[in-house]
Amino acid sequence: MAFDTGLAVLVLGVAVWTIAARDTFAAVVGFVAYGLLLALVWVRIAAPDVALTEAAIGSGLTGGLLLGASTRLRRAETAAAGEKPGAALRLVAAGLCVLVSAGLAAIVLLLPEPAPTLAPQAAANLAATGLGNPVTAVLMAYRAIDTLLETVVLLLALVGVWSLAPDRVWGGSPGPRHHADRDGVLAFVAQLLVPVGILVGIHIFWVGSDAPGGEFQGATILAAMWILAMMAGLMDAPPVSRRWLRLLLIAGPAVFFAIGLAGFVMAGAFLAYPKAYAKLLIVTIEVPVTLSIAATLALLVAGPPERKPQR
Amino acid sequence: MSLALDALTILAVCVGACFFLAGTVGLLRFPDSLSRLHALTKADNLGLGFVVLGLLFQVEGPFAALKLISVWLLTLLAGATVTQLIARAARPGGAQE
Repeated sequence: MAFDTGLAVLVLGVAVWTIAARDTFAAVVGFVAYGLLLALVWVRIAAPDVALTEAAIGSGLTGGLLLGASTRLRRAETAAAGEKPGAALRLVAAGLCVLVSAGLAAIVLLLPEPAPTLAPQAAANLAATGLGNPVTAVLMAYRAIDTLLETVVLLLALVGVWSLAPDRVWGGSPGPRHHADRDGVLAFVAQLLVPVGILVGIHIFWVGSDAPGGEFQGATILAAMWILAMMAGLMDAPPVSRRWLRLLLIAGPAVFFAIGLAGFVMAGAFLAYPKAYAKLLIVTIEVPVTLSIAATLALLVAGPPERKPQR
Repeated sequence: MSLALDALTILAVCVGACFFLAGTVGLLRFPDSLSRLHALTKADNLGLGFVVLGLLFQVEGPFAALKLISVWLLTLLAGATVTQLIARAARPGGAQE
């Protein structure tokens, strides 16, 4: 109890600090710490799958994206400070935020006891999916359409990032070329850590069918390893016009969609699996989806194309 | 037997917590970046090391123990690298790489 109260106070404190921080970079650091503390909260309320996702995507990957953004914004920061919104606008924004928070708090507090839940049904039908982890069953079987749309949303986000590229560099490689010292610290750690990280990423993905883990968490680790190898200068980011890259990016959603359509023939509905092959089909979807998500996340962090394509 | 193991766990985790506390105080109180990094690595290396050591008395089976030790080793690697990179950037007139 004391631990949980302390954790809640800490999360709220870091949240307030993040909002109040003047410096963009400091706010991003606060946000990362906030995400890691939030992951601890998820562990405390027995949701390790959400905790893993929060730590990997919410804190790690989003933190990386925001760090990149804060570096790009640094030059414009002093100019932006001069255009601060007036007191009235800020008051209205604060008021609306308080209203949303109060509404959420009221809903949670007014829930009937016990709160309505679909957990018993999810657990009861687990055997039909061939999976051992009910969270994965929700993501890949009961609500597979949501997961399919999520993979498409990620692709759309990448299209949005790429569309920021000026015409003359279109089709080129994202970000600057990182020239690291081959004998330097970063190259050393990348050589040591990337193989281990790839193994951990595949492990997290693979155990997801029976234990906490899954394709989003595993893919984030794989993406982080690719980013590390690129930042250490061990490999260059591929030009965004490469055919293999485009195929890799759409492989996951395409296979997902194809198997979903095949569900009409095999089981009579979109994204329905015939019971005998449920586990096999789910894994067949998960493998390309993991690779596609990993590539999409890594390229999101790498940013829009900045260099002319080499012919 | 389990009482002795629990006692060892409590002892090791408490020692680890002391290193975390000392590292945090150092991080807040030391005057310059390099000595703050020095304080921080104590929390990473010894603090986490003792916490992992304490948890090792509670694990079921060798694989869980291996996982815990791997976590510590990976943290050591990441901590040492990041410390090097920050120290180079913080060094007076220090280069970026």
